[in-house]
Amino acid sequence: MSAQFLLNMQNISKEYDGNQVLKNVTLQVKPGEIHALIGENGAGKSTLMNILFGMPVIHATGGFEGTVEINGEQVSIDSPHQAIDFGIGMVHQEFMLIPGFTVTENIKIGREVSKPTLLSHIFGQELDFLELEKMAQDARKALATIGLNIEEYIKVAGLPVGYMQFIEIAREIDKTGIKLLVFDEPTAVLTESEAERLLEIMKKIAAKGIAIIFITHRLSEVMDYADSMTVLRDGELITRKEIKDTSTIEIAELMIGRKVEKLVDLAEDNRTFTDNSVALSLKGFHVEMPGERVRGIDLEIRKGEIFGIGGLAGQGKIGIPNGIMGLYKSQGTVEVFDKKLELSKLGNAMANAVSFVSEDRRGVGLLLDESIERNIVFSAIQIKNEYLHHLGPIKLLDQKKMRQHALEMIKLLDIRCTGPTQKVGSLSGGNQQKVCLARALTMNPDILIVSEPTRGIDIGAKKLVLEYLVKLNREQGLTIVVVSSELVELRSLCDRIAIVSGGKIATIIKPDAPDAEFGLAMAAG
Amino acid sequence: MQEQIKKAYDNIGLPRLIIISFFVLMLVFAAPLGLNVASLLGDTLRRWAMYGILVLAMVPAIQSGIGPNFAISLGIVSGLLGATISIELGISNSWVAIGVAMLIGTVMGTILGILYGFLLNNVKGSEMTVSTYVGFSVIAFMNIMWLSLPFKDGNLIWPLGGSGMRNTISLSNTFGELLNKTWGFTIGQEGAGLYVPTGLILFFLFVCVIMWLFMRSKTGIALSAVGSSPTFTRSSGINVNKMRIIGTALSTALGAIGIITYAQSYGFLQLYNAPLWMGFHCVAAILIGGATTKRASIAQVIIGTFLFQGILAVALPVVNQLLPESNLPDVIRLIISNGIILYAISKTKGDK
Repeated sequence: MSAQFLLNMQNISKEYDGNQVLKNVTLQVKPGEIHALIGENGAGKSTLMNILFGMPVIHATGGFEGTVEINGEQVSIDSPHQAIDFGIGMVHQEFMLIPGFTVTENIKIGREVSKPTLLSHIFGQELDFLELEKMAQDARKALATIGLNIEEYIKVAGLPVGYMQFIEIAREIDKTGIKLLVFDEPTAVLTESEAERLLEIMKKIAAKGIAIIFITHRLSEVMDYADSMTVLRDGELITRKEIKDTSTIEIAELMIGRKVEKLVDLAEDNRTFTDNSVALSLKGFHVEMPGERVRGIDLEIRKGEIFGIGGLAGQGKIGIPNGIMGLYKSQGTVEVFDKKLELSKLGNAMANAVSFVSEDRRGVGLLLDESIERNIVFSAIQIKNEYLHHLGPIKLLDQKKMRQHALEMIKLLDIRCTGPTQKVGSLSGGNQQKVCLARALTMNPDILIVSEPTRGIDIGAKKLVLEYLVKLNREQGLTIVVVSSELVELRSLCDRIAIVSGGKIATIIKPDAPDAEFGLAMAAG
Repeated sequence: MQEQIKKAYDNIGLPRLIIISFFVLMLVFAAPLGLNVASLLGDTLRRWAMYGILVLAMVPAIQSGIGPNFAISLGIVSGLLGATISIELGISNSWVAIGVAMLIGTVMGTILGILYGFLLNNVKGSEMTVSTYVGFSVIAFMNIMWLSLPFKDGNLIWPLGGSGMRNTISLSNTFGELLNKTWGFTIGQEGAGLYVPTGLILFFLFVCVIMWLFMRSKTGIALSAVGSSPTFTRSSGINVNKMRIIGTALSTALGAIGIITYAQSYGFLQLYNAPLWMGFHCVAAILIGGATTKRASIAQVIIGTFLFQGILAVALPVVNQLLPESNLPDVIRLIISNGIILYAISKTKGDK
C-alpha cells in the first residue's frame, strides 16, 4: 500500500540531548503532488527535513528512529550526497549560489558536462575538458522549463533576489532523476508578483510528476496551490489532510492548537488599567534590524499591564525591543511616560527606567567570563553610578555593597550557583536567564521588556521565571512587555497580545481569543 | 585527594607546569656546573621587575578587546623619546630627570595610543595582524628619526660627526639604576650574593596596584566588559569604540613608563632596532602567565613575567655552560617566546 507514495517517512522520532523534538511523525508524499508542511517555529519541520537529507547534524547527535521509504523501498540516507542520488533536491531559503559565477556555472556546478582529454587519462577526471556549449544548452533548457527569460552566460552577482530563487530551482530540476523537491519558505523574500510566478512554476514542475514538499507560513498559498498537507505541532504529527477537505480557519486552529497546560498559576488580580495612563507609546516606529525589520508600528502600552508581542520568526517582533533600547537604527517616536526617548543615544532608554532582558542571552545578555555579581550590577554601575565608592572624580567598585545585593538576588530568584563569584558562563541556561533578569531588576525599572524569556531553559525554570514576572507585575505594579515566539507563554500571562507580521502589527487580541484568530493573524503575511 | 590534584593541575595548566619544572631543573643543574645560583636568582628578580610594567601594558589592551598589543613599540619609542629629551634638557637631579622622562613619555604615549586606537577601531577583527605591522613600522620610522632629530647633548649623539644618535646611550650620568639602588640590599656575600632591587620591585608593584584599582573603577569595569562582549557593553549604553581607545592609550602609555623602568635598570637606553622584538617578549610573558588573547589579569602579569624572565635568566647561562660557543641560547629564547605565542593563539581559536 505504501508503494503509492513516493516518499514515506514512518514513525520518525528524534532527540537532541534528551530534548524530544520529533515524536512518531509520519510524512507521506505522492508523486506529482504539492504537499504542504505546516507548523509554527520549532514544530519540528527543519529537523524532519534534515533527516530526509541525511544532514550530518542528525548523525552527530545520535541518529533518529523510524523508517524512510522511497518508492516503497526502505533506504537509509546518511549524507546529503546520498539524498541527491535518491533524487531529492532542495530549494534553500537563503540562496546557495556563487555570485561570481555565471548562471550556467551555478546551475551545473558539481555536475559539469565534460569530455576526457589526454591529461585527464593520466591525472584523473579533474582535468577533463568542459563542454561549455552542452552545459549552456542544459542551462537554457532548465531555465525554459521554469519560464525564466534570462541569458545563461551572465553572472549571478547583481541579479534581483527573485531571479536567484529561480536559478536555484533551475539547478535542482536540471539534476537528472529528480523525484522530490523541497521548497523551504520560498516566497518569504519575494515580492507578491514574484511569489505568484514561483508558485505557478511549482505547479508546472509538479505536473511533470515531481513531488514537492512545500514549507510555508502563508496559509493562503497553501489553500491555493497545495494538494495535501501535514501539520506538525511541538514535534508531533497533528494531521495529514487533503486541501479540498479543509479551510484556512481549520489549518490555523490545527497549527496553534489548544494547549491545556497552564504555564503559570496566576496570582490574585486586582489591577485596573486606564487608557489615559500610558507607560510606553510607539508612533511610526521603524527598526533596521536585519532579519527582524520593523516597518511602522503604532502601539500604546498601559501602565501596569503585561503586554505580549508574538508572531513568527523573522516578522519583526524581536526588532521592536532592540529598536527601543537603541541597539539598532530606528525611526519614529518612542515615549516613556510621555517623555520622548532619544533613540540614537545608546542607553537612553535605560536612563529612562526601561530595562531589557535580551533574547540573545549569551551575546547581549551576559558577560560570560565575569562573575554573577559583576553581571548583576554592571548596568547599574554604568548607567546609574550605583555600587561605587565616590572618591572625588574617581569611582571605585563597592565590593561589599555589590556582594550584598548579589546575594539578595540569588536568594530571591533562586539562582543555583556555587556563590556570587561563580562565572556566569558555567551556569545552566535557566540560571543564566535569572542573572539577566536580576541585572534588569537592579536598574529599578518602571518598564521591563523581556524578549524570549524562556528560550532554551527547562520547564521548571520556565515556570519560575514567568511566575516571577507576574509577581513583579502584581506586587510592584511594574509594566512588563513580553516578546515571545511561544504563544502558550504569552497567552498564559499577558493581558493583551499584539501579533506582528511583516514588520507591522496584524492585530491586538485578548489571550483567551480562539486559536484560529491567532493562527490567522500570524499567517497573514 | 586525586580530585584536588586534578583541580590544582587545571588551575596551573600544562604550559606553566612544564615551564616551572624546566625552571627548577635548570636551577638544580646550575650549581654543579659551577654557576652562582644566588646571583642567577638575583638576576631573575631584577629582570622580573624591570620587564614587569611592559608586560602589564598588555592588560588594558587585552581587556578592552584589541588583543595582545604587539605595537607596544609605540609606547616604547614614546618612552625612549621622553628619556632622550630629559637627557637633552640636562637635568642634574636624577629623580627629576626620570620623572620628566616618564611624564613626557606618558603624554606622548597617550597621544600616540589615542591615534592608534582610532586606527584599530577601523580594523576590528584583525587587530593582532595590524598591531604587528604597526609595531614594526614605528621602529623603522624611528630609525630615520633617531638619525635626524636635532639632539645636541654629547651623551646622546655619536662622538664623531656630531649628528645622529648613538645605538646605546649610557644612563650612568643620569638615572641609571636609580630605582634598583633605592633601598637595594644583598643577601649573602657582597658582590656575589642575591641582590634585591627593592625600589624597582616596589615601583613595579605600585604600578600594578594602580592598574588593579583602575580595573575596579567604573571606566575599568566598562573597559573589561568591552573585551568580553562588545554587544553586551553596547546594550548597557557604553561607547565601545571609546573604551577601546582608552585601553589602547593606557597600554601605550604604560609601555612608555615600562621602557624607562627597563632602561634605568639596564643602565642604557637602546635605540634603533633594539625594541623590535620586545613586543613579542611581552606578549609571550603574559601568555605564559595564563592569559589568553581575550582575557588577562594582573596576577597573570606577575606570574608570567617571573617565569619567562626566570627561564631566560637561569636557563641561558646553564645551556651556555653545557654547550659552550653555540647559538643555542638565542634559539631557545626564540622557541620559548614564539612557541608560547603560537600555543596561546591556537588555544584561543580552538575554543568553540
